[in-house]
Amino acid sequence: MPALTRQEVEEIAVLARLHLEPEELDRMQHELGAILEHVAALAAADTTDVPAMTHAVPMDLRMRLDTAEPSLPVEEALAGAPRRDGQLIVVPSSIAPPGRAGAGSGS
Amino acid sequence: MSSASSASPGPAAFWSVADTARRIAAGEITATQVVEAALARIQAIDGELGAFLAVDAEGARAAAAEVDHRRAANVPQGPLAGVPIALKDVLVTRGLATTAGSKILHGWVPPYDAHVVGQLRAAGAVIVGKLNCDEFAMGSSTENSAYQPTRNPWDPSRVPGGSSGGSSAAVAAGLCAASLGTDTGGSIRQPAAFCGVVGMKPTYGRVSRWGVVAFASSLDQVGPLTRSVADAALVLQAIAGFDPRDSTSLDAPVPVFADALTGEVRGLRVGLPQEYFEAMDDDVRAALARTAAALVERGAELVDLSLPHTALALPAYYLVAPAEASSNLARYDGVRYGQRTDAPDLLDMYARTRGAGFGTEVKRRIMLGTYVLRAGYYDAYYKKAQQVRTLIKRDFDRAFRYCDVLLTPTTPTPAFRFGAKATPVEMYQADVFTLSCNLAGLPGISVPCGLTGDGLPIGAQLLGRPLDEATLLRAGGVIEAAVGLGDRHPPGPPGPPGPPVIGGGG
Repeated sequence: MPALTRQEVEEIAVLARLHLEPEELDRMQHELGAILEHVAALAAADTTDVPAMTHAVPMDLRMRLDTAEPSLPVEEALAGAPRRDGQLIVVPSSIAPPGRAGAGSGS
Repeated sequence: MSSASSASPGPAAFWSVADTARRIAAGEITATQVVEAALARIQAIDGELGAFLAVDAEGARAAAAEVDHRRAANVPQGPLAGVPIALKDVLVTRGLATTAGSKILHGWVPPYDAHVVGQLRAAGAVIVGKLNCDEFAMGSSTENSAYQPTRNPWDPSRVPGGSSGGSSAAVAAGLCAASLGTDTGGSIRQPAAFCGVVGMKPTYGRVSRWGVVAFASSLDQVGPLTRSVADAALVLQAIAGFDPRDSTSLDAPVPVFADALTGEVRGLRVGLPQEYFEAMDDDVRAALARTAAALVERGAELVDLSLPHTALALPAYYLVAPAEASSNLARYDGVRYGQRTDAPDLLDMYARTRGAGFGTEVKRRIMLGTYVLRAGYYDAYYKKAQQVRTLIKRDFDRAFRYCDVLLTPTTPTPAFRFGAKATPVEMYQADVFTLSCNLAGLPGISVPCGLTGDGLPIGAQLLGRPLDEATLLRAGGVIEAAVGLGDRHPPGPPGPPGPPVIGGGG
């Protein structure tokens, strides 16, 4: 399991939707590398034919009747939104305007 | 309130949950007097301690008045009627700000109560406020809170543990009768051990996670922090049980946990897993030896055994938990709630909001989780860790053929000083004895079992079979009676006098 390159750290930051300052990227590269080195011990474990455990206790998905149930009123559900216009949540454009490259992060 | 003497904490500060409820029910004291005493003590002490992120004086007074009103009208009350309880700030509370210790949720007021909060309210508990924690419950010292440090009431130069550090400090210092925390890798048991209180992580699925700010969904569980094992049983009773709103809630019968406290361990087989006794402080080792001897003296039988995959728990945990966290924390994007950092396009808004809102440890875990879930890495990391989880679970299944409970230290050391853990991996190792329990979904409890030479609390951990919290409470009660802290409380500041007690002693 190789240590991380700076480029990999930048790629992960984009995937994670995290804007990181250059010094944060430096630190992350170093610290994630140390953590990955620590978890590399797992590679030695023999897991041939061992099933992956997803939950601690056996669980079956439960079904319920497809009927409407009481839920939060719209006004309460939207009360925490940072930017609103009536019953709409306002966000910046997700389509790049002409002449602008696609949106990016972590760079 | 009585006259202003300030020599010692009022008697109510360290009353048990049961005693508080009983005195209120008997009319010895009103719920209003109890809550006023708690609020006064918080006001006097918490500026220094830093356990509370928010105190809901208005809501607490209203709830207490309601309890008193119902009592006057002879309306039947719940078992926790009038008992002041505080909540780790990852449990959402209707009308009361919830931050998860993070700047990204600063100012957010949830429109609903978590299931456990509703259960406490239904039992009559008075919610006094929200308690500090590591940001999104990621940490072992509460130093990762974006808001403030919380001090250990036994020694203010030391951490209270984490991530439920506010929950353990508040209970230890007598600021509330009980608190709730969450435990993903030890976050109830480790701070309980550091602060000399009882902390229980129930079986995964025993308590609903509905309304709990999610960290790692296959590991998270809510549980009580209390000053006694009997109190842990009472609070667990109020919050345990099936909830259809949590798809991982277990539809299993809930026993009467208080009935488990028989004081009897004759014939109980107590397993001592050798891997948990390799590296620890001498004081911790000596306290555990006294604990084991006390159990034997009362008729329990010790069984030496091995959990051979124990060393893999830490690496497995630090793949599974960040992977799940990176997915769970994707919801904090500045759109529906919480803080937003404006930017001209959507992706940039997401990235800048998250970059400004999350702290260092949270970013580190999101990055790690994103990395290990990446196409091409999934099998080597996440799947491998989930397979190792199966091996760890099989170790426990095998052990419980030969014993009824496992006894281990909760932590290898007592509470450490602020800033003592220099690297992330060093900090992660503070949880080395508590992680396996979460990976396997088992119930666990930490019970105080003495003090170090420096006067710091030490915790004994008991791990049990799935859904067998009752046996942990039974054995924990015996440990508490034999080697617990008794009436010893943190030396800290005295605080205000307690409420007047009508027709009764202190």
